[in-house]
Amino acid sequence: MSQHDSVTTRLSARIAAQFQTPAVRWGGIALILVFLAVLPAVFGQYATVIMTNALLYVVLALGLNVVVGFAGLLDLGYAAFFAVGAYTIGILTLEFGVNFWLALPCAVVGAAIAGVIIGGPTLRLRSDYLAIVTLGFGEIVRFSARNLAITGKASGLSGIGQPWLFGWHIATPTDFYYVFCGLAIGAVIVSLRLEDSRLGRAWLYVRHDEDVAEAMGINRVAVKLAAYVIGAIFAAIGGAFFAANLGAISPESFSFTQSVLILMAVILGGMGKIPGVILGAFIVILGPELLRNLGELRLMVFAVMLLLIMLFRPSGIWPKRGTRS
Amino acid sequence: MTSDQPERNAEVVLRLSGVEAGYGRIRALNGIDIEVRRGQIVTLLGANGAGKTTTLKTISGLVRPTAGSVTFEGRDITQLRASDIARLGLAHVPEGRHILRGLTVRENLELGGFTVHDAALRRERMQEVYRLFPILDRRKNQDGSLLSGGEQQMLAMGRALMQGPKVLLLDEPSMGLAPKLVLDTMRIIKRLNQEGATILLVEQNARLALRLAHYGYVLEGGTIRMQGPAERLRADTSIVQAYLGD
Repeated sequence: MSQHDSVTTRLSARIAAQFQTPAVRWGGIALILVFLAVLPAVFGQYATVIMTNALLYVVLALGLNVVVGFAGLLDLGYAAFFAVGAYTIGILTLEFGVNFWLALPCAVVGAAIAGVIIGGPTLRLRSDYLAIVTLGFGEIVRFSARNLAITGKASGLSGIGQPWLFGWHIATPTDFYYVFCGLAIGAVIVSLRLEDSRLGRAWLYVRHDEDVAEAMGINRVAVKLAAYVIGAIFAAIGGAFFAANLGAISPESFSFTQSVLILMAVILGGMGKIPGVILGAFIVILGPELLRNLGELRLMVFAVMLLLIMLFRPSGIWPKRGTRS
Repeated sequence: MTSDQPERNAEVVLRLSGVEAGYGRIRALNGIDIEVRRGQIVTLLGANGAGKTTTLKTISGLVRPTAGSVTFEGRDITQLRASDIARLGLAHVPEGRHILRGLTVRENLELGGFTVHDAALRRERMQEVYRLFPILDRRKNQDGSLLSGGEQQMLAMGRALMQGPKVLLLDEPSMGLAPKLVLDTMRIIKRLNQEGATILLVEQNARLALRLAHYGYVLEGGTIRMQGPAERLRADTSIVQAYLGD
């Protein structure tokens, strides 16, 4: 197996090396952008809807990647922040008649506050305690949504309006597809900037050895909390547009399975590796779709594929970043 | 070097008074008093479990004392976060070195310089570290965790020096090293001191530490059993035999 592993490592390293030269990299990026731009016209509405969902997961997975990949914190309740974003939009636009674009910053602030409330006390604990607390938090949010009148109880909220942007009514699936393209690209850019920032390096050090990082002057609690809050903001923005896109949300969209699916995208692609995480998000969403003609067997085949990937590439599909010179 | 030392009357930079600390219900320190004067090497000796490492962790904020106080340059740092204490100029080189795996030698050094905002100063310090430890310069692009034990120790010290510390806390720098490397390490500690560093050195190898230090404390069961100028402790063979175990 180690033989095999080294072969796949070399292969994927060679593929990654293709992206090292600026010309090839920019060419690749241009190609991806062109592909994204023409997709609705070429592949039709069904593919557009699926891709919209995949792009939403790119945003969510990149957000969770800040927490899990960059800061090294295990979060099993990430869907809760996604829910906070979606429900904030639902409640503010439906119950209080607030404009979507005014509700959006409220959703972001709400998720950030939720991040501080959960993270503040628990980030002092070891990472495995955090996993349990976040798991609980995810369930608390979902159960609250199911039992409170303001969140529409089990049936959720429906009739959430579609926003206008400078005279553009974002209404059709294609409109939303382009919105999610924009969000995903934004998430990628923010992730890249974060990774290269001072905070990004602090996360790297804390992830490797938090005691040493602390002894070198890095406040580990503050740094982890920053990761947690930034991750929550990604999810809230994703959730807000998710609510606007579907027009209806229910508690079951924010289940533990949802958290696990996002986490799977991050781990599958390779924690902390941005292109890998994007790939992971596409795999978890598009994989079951591409296997659709297998009928009943498709989820099982998909699960076996995931197991095989994790067996042969335990640190994710994307090759390890070469050490910077 | 210990015969006539101006350091004996130098200002006290670091002072522990009546410090008690422990882990849960286990008491590791039962009220200890330690003074470190500027420019000195002070050594903490004692057997395993005597509380040496805990003392260093209490100073650097990794363990919170349950009683007593730690003062650094006249400022009470007992309740400060470890990261804030590091920023004040106390650098802790932990036992076991803690080199970050998967990061290069240079990246490990950059971690030490994290709190140094001036890029020029960071570069200057890195050159200084490479001058002190030429082997690190030669291996700067290699994975730090793949260095030999001695090289890792140098990297750990170099990383602490990147902080530009006023006081260095060294926890068993000779542990696990081959005899020749132990002597090299001791020589480097002496040199750092001659270049102005104040050092609190925890060692199991008492003879070696006392040859280097100006002043020594002997810890036993979380209490200071003996203290004095290094040459006096060194001369007293009964001390070495009774408390230092070799």
